[in-house]
Amino acid sequence: MSNFMSIFGLWLSVFFTFSIFSFLYKDNPFYKLAEQIFVGLSAAYWLVYLFYSIMLPNLFTKLVHDFRGNIILLIPAALGIMMLLRIFPKTQWVSRFPIAIMIGTSAGINMVRYTKSDLLSQISATMINPFASSSPSIVMGNILLIIGTICGVYYFYFSKKQEGISAVPSKLGIWFLMISFGASFGYTVMARISLLIGRLEFLLKDWLHIIN
Amino acid sequence: MKRNLPLFFAFFCGILVIVSEFIPHRPFSMMIQTLQDWFMIISGFAILLGQISLFQSNLAKIQQRESGWMYYLAGLISFIIMLLVGIFWGTQETGGLFGHGANIQAAMGSKPFDYLFDYAYQPLSATMFSLLAFFIASAAYRAFIIRSFESNLLMITAIIVILGRTSLGGMLTSWLPESLKFWHLPNLSDFIMEYPNSAAQRAIMISAALGIIGSSLRIILGIERSYLGSDK
Repeated sequence: MSNFMSIFGLWLSVFFTFSIFSFLYKDNPFYKLAEQIFVGLSAAYWLVYLFYSIMLPNLFTKLVHDFRGNIILLIPAALGIMMLLRIFPKTQWVSRFPIAIMIGTSAGINMVRYTKSDLLSQISATMINPFASSSPSIVMGNILLIIGTICGVYYFYFSKKQEGISAVPSKLGIWFLMISFGASFGYTVMARISLLIGRLEFLLKDWLHIIN
Repeated sequence: MKRNLPLFFAFFCGILVIVSEFIPHRPFSMMIQTLQDWFMIISGFAILLGQISLFQSNLAKIQQRESGWMYYLAGLISFIIMLLVGIFWGTQETGGLFGHGANIQAAMGSKPFDYLFDYAYQPLSATMFSLLAFFIASAAYRAFIIRSFESNLLMITAIIVILGRTSLGGMLTSWLPESLKFWHLPNLSDFIMEYPNSAAQRAIMISAALGIIGSSLRIILGIERSYLGSDK
């Protein structure tokens, strides 16, 4: 039985793989079917994952095992239920309270976190002596790092129209950003190609046994 | 009450988090921990709300027999099956309502939830994202034919990084003498990643952080209140 289920699962995977790849020709019923099944499975997967990793250990298990000790957890549980009331048009306004608490908390957390990790630490990491190294390539790199960071930040300064001499650092900033986008693009291409190779390997190795 | 009380809650929670950062002692340290635990639980309900909304919207399309309703039905059935097997027999680590389902596990080779993950979700997800390889190639072609200096800069960097990270790139420039080793493609790729790329990423991070700090302040002070929706 187990062997049959493995073979059935393999053919199911092959069917889904070909259904998705069929979109390369044109949109068709097989692709639409596979797409919707993917949406359904994905939503349910995350719901089950959320239940077992967040809701169960942080709320339900604590309340079941020691209700009196964790009675304060009824407050987030009530707020969560208030959030679910958004489903009904008449009670939509009730969900404003949990949303406000979530938004306020995440605003406070983000403000502190981004000030420390992104703003201050990145500024201090850029404040380096570019000539500290004896290697010319590192010195050149450090100079590029400082100029690139300053010009990049200057490019994002939209409060004043950038024209004439003030447009020069902005232009330099764009060049640095383009280099960075190019590098990200290169990495994305490589990641997608490796996924494609993985699927082809599955078809040729696991399914057809053509390659070892 | 419908608008001002939520605004006060947002202000209070935001200020509490900021104050606790500067006074990391009781009672603030305890309060912030409690608030973060609550945040996680409410986020769980928020995700559940999203899933219910998806379920409702698919159900409505099926009931109204919209075009392609059969596909939405297939999506809904796959959602229900995955959800039920997850609830009944649990995931790899945790048991469900019926425990770990030893019998069904022996028959299928793995738990039903893991079986669906391995043979349906994982191949669908990997193939869906691998499709992007083809569309990225077409996007690259379109970027090439723009022929501006900036687009060329983007594509040349992308090519250097791709070649520099593969064995082909190393092979292409392996004949270069030791004095020109900087131009060896893997070295050039490393240099681009370490310096110009880091510079731009830092600029983006600093600028985004300034934006986030500004918008967080607007939310905490109640200037930005669009998350409350309309007055209805």
